[in-house]
Amino acid sequence: MGSVKAELLRLWKWPATWVLIGVWLVMTLTFGYVFNYLALNGGTNTRGASQQQLISAMQPENVGAAVVRGLPMFGGAIILVLAALAVGSGYGWGTWKTTLTAGPRRISAMAGTLGALAVVVVLLVALTFVVNLGAAITVASLEGWAFRLPGIGVLKPLSASLLIAAMWTAFGVFLGVITKGPALSVGLGLMWAIVTENLLRGVGSLLGPVEDLTKVLPGGSAGNLAGAVGGSGAPGVLTDLSGTTAALFLVGYVVVFVGAATALKVRRDLV
Amino acid sequence: MIVTTEKLTKRYGDRAVVDEVSLSVRRGEVYGFLGPNGAGKTTTIRMLLGLVQPTSGSARVLGEAPGTPRALLKVGSLIEGPGFYPYLSGRDNLRVHAARRGVGKTHVEAALEQVDLTGAANEKFRRYSLGMKQRLGVAAALLGQPELLILDEPTNGLDPAGMADMRDLVRALAAQGQTVLLSSHLLGEVEEICDRVGVISQGRLVAESTVEQLRGDTVLLIRADPIEKAHVLIEGSSLHGDVLHVRETDAGSLVRTLVHADVDVQEVRPLRRTLEEVFFEMTGVA
Repeated sequence: MGSVKAELLRLWKWPATWVLIGVWLVMTLTFGYVFNYLALNGGTNTRGASQQQLISAMQPENVGAAVVRGLPMFGGAIILVLAALAVGSGYGWGTWKTTLTAGPRRISAMAGTLGALAVVVVLLVALTFVVNLGAAITVASLEGWAFRLPGIGVLKPLSASLLIAAMWTAFGVFLGVITKGPALSVGLGLMWAIVTENLLRGVGSLLGPVEDLTKVLPGGSAGNLAGAVGGSGAPGVLTDLSGTTAALFLVGYVVVFVGAATALKVRRDLV
Repeated sequence: MIVTTEKLTKRYGDRAVVDEVSLSVRRGEVYGFLGPNGAGKTTTIRMLLGLVQPTSGSARVLGEAPGTPRALLKVGSLIEGPGFYPYLSGRDNLRVHAARRGVGKTHVEAALEQVDLTGAANEKFRRYSLGMKQRLGVAAALLGQPELLILDEPTNGLDPAGMADMRDLVRALAAQGQTVLLSSHLLGEVEEICDRVGVISQGRLVAESTVEQLRGDTVLLIRADPIEKAHVLIEGSSLHGDVLHVRETDAGSLVRTLVHADVDVQEVRPLRRTLEEVFFEMTGVA
């Protein structure tokens, strides 16, 4: 518990944590509500979305879908950056050395970092839900729509959101440990989340096996889970796999990334 | 013994960075771990803290295997400069460290007080001077009242005043009975504050003893006229140009002998090798 408490204290007071959470909240509001609201009220190009689709996307009862649809690509990239920075920076600052000589076993120190990041990610998803719900209620009130608050069904997209966020967090942690620094881990992570998988999808239209592979890559699995729980209309959201299959792949990625990062952390010399 | 190593070795490929080092640190002493840059001091210390796994050999720290929680909780360390979060204050950095060590806030305040950083405790670490950063590193090492303090080059990068402050701090800790393993390439620093010294060169421990023993016996230098007559009169003396060297501590008796024989004694003084001379001799560094 000491390791989790220590990591939470330093992540809580780290400006990067709040800057990244803030950037994500602004993005989700802007792309989820502001642009849709403007399009609904006089926009000439609604990207093919009908008025009814725009209204549906902004309904308070659909806020779960609004939360999950942003996470497979841009939200995931932000979470990955946060995790990669949280782990990778410790090598440059020399704080891993301080941490590992403080007393806890290496596996406990790693568990502390993972535990604290898990708390931050749960907070991020919760804030995304609250902010989106606030925006949806505001839009509905301004437009005079009769609306319903999300019911128990919202737990499904929120759980999916947490699983997607956990996968990107684990990916970021893995990159931070393997590259032993913040710059390369963030660079590689962003490249993968935003560029590489999309390029592979492009190639996939020419090569069948590659197309099949892209469906189960980290971003592909995240997108398929988001699509399966109602997310739509955002980059990275897919509908090629069932929710269960996508969720199993995501759990697998979490296990592999966390396991590999922990094994490396425990066994590798810190020089 | 608080620390013992037995043929401790670390190899990277074919290169032995630490080569069969067997050293021992006794309770209550300040042990100077001396060696030129790249000699293997830091790697040895990293092995004592479990940061680096030895290729062969063994080590015990306070009776425990290095790097285990039971050993680490009794050891405070500062390795190659302090590693802290730049965006946190000195106090918050210590709180984070204290949480990991399982010690309370009162220890944080006591450690800040001990290194004279209470006044600057709320400043961000990145705004600290090098000296303040090093002192915060020592404060972190002191959290939880460790039985052994390992300080690796604690005066690195400090100006002369900062170095003097750090030496005073180590001296004060030693006076309180704190066991300190101090690694340094600064000979004056080690000579001033250490009880025993281990000298490492190219990965091998080439000497381990007290500073006095390392410097060897005192030799008397005698300048007299005629020097040849003095050389004949003093048994066991050796002639070095126009002076004599003699392993004799009773200077009075020697002077009386020379004066009675009508030899004009111009200078008599003890001639001791400095630790620096011994170090250069042992390590082949010039």
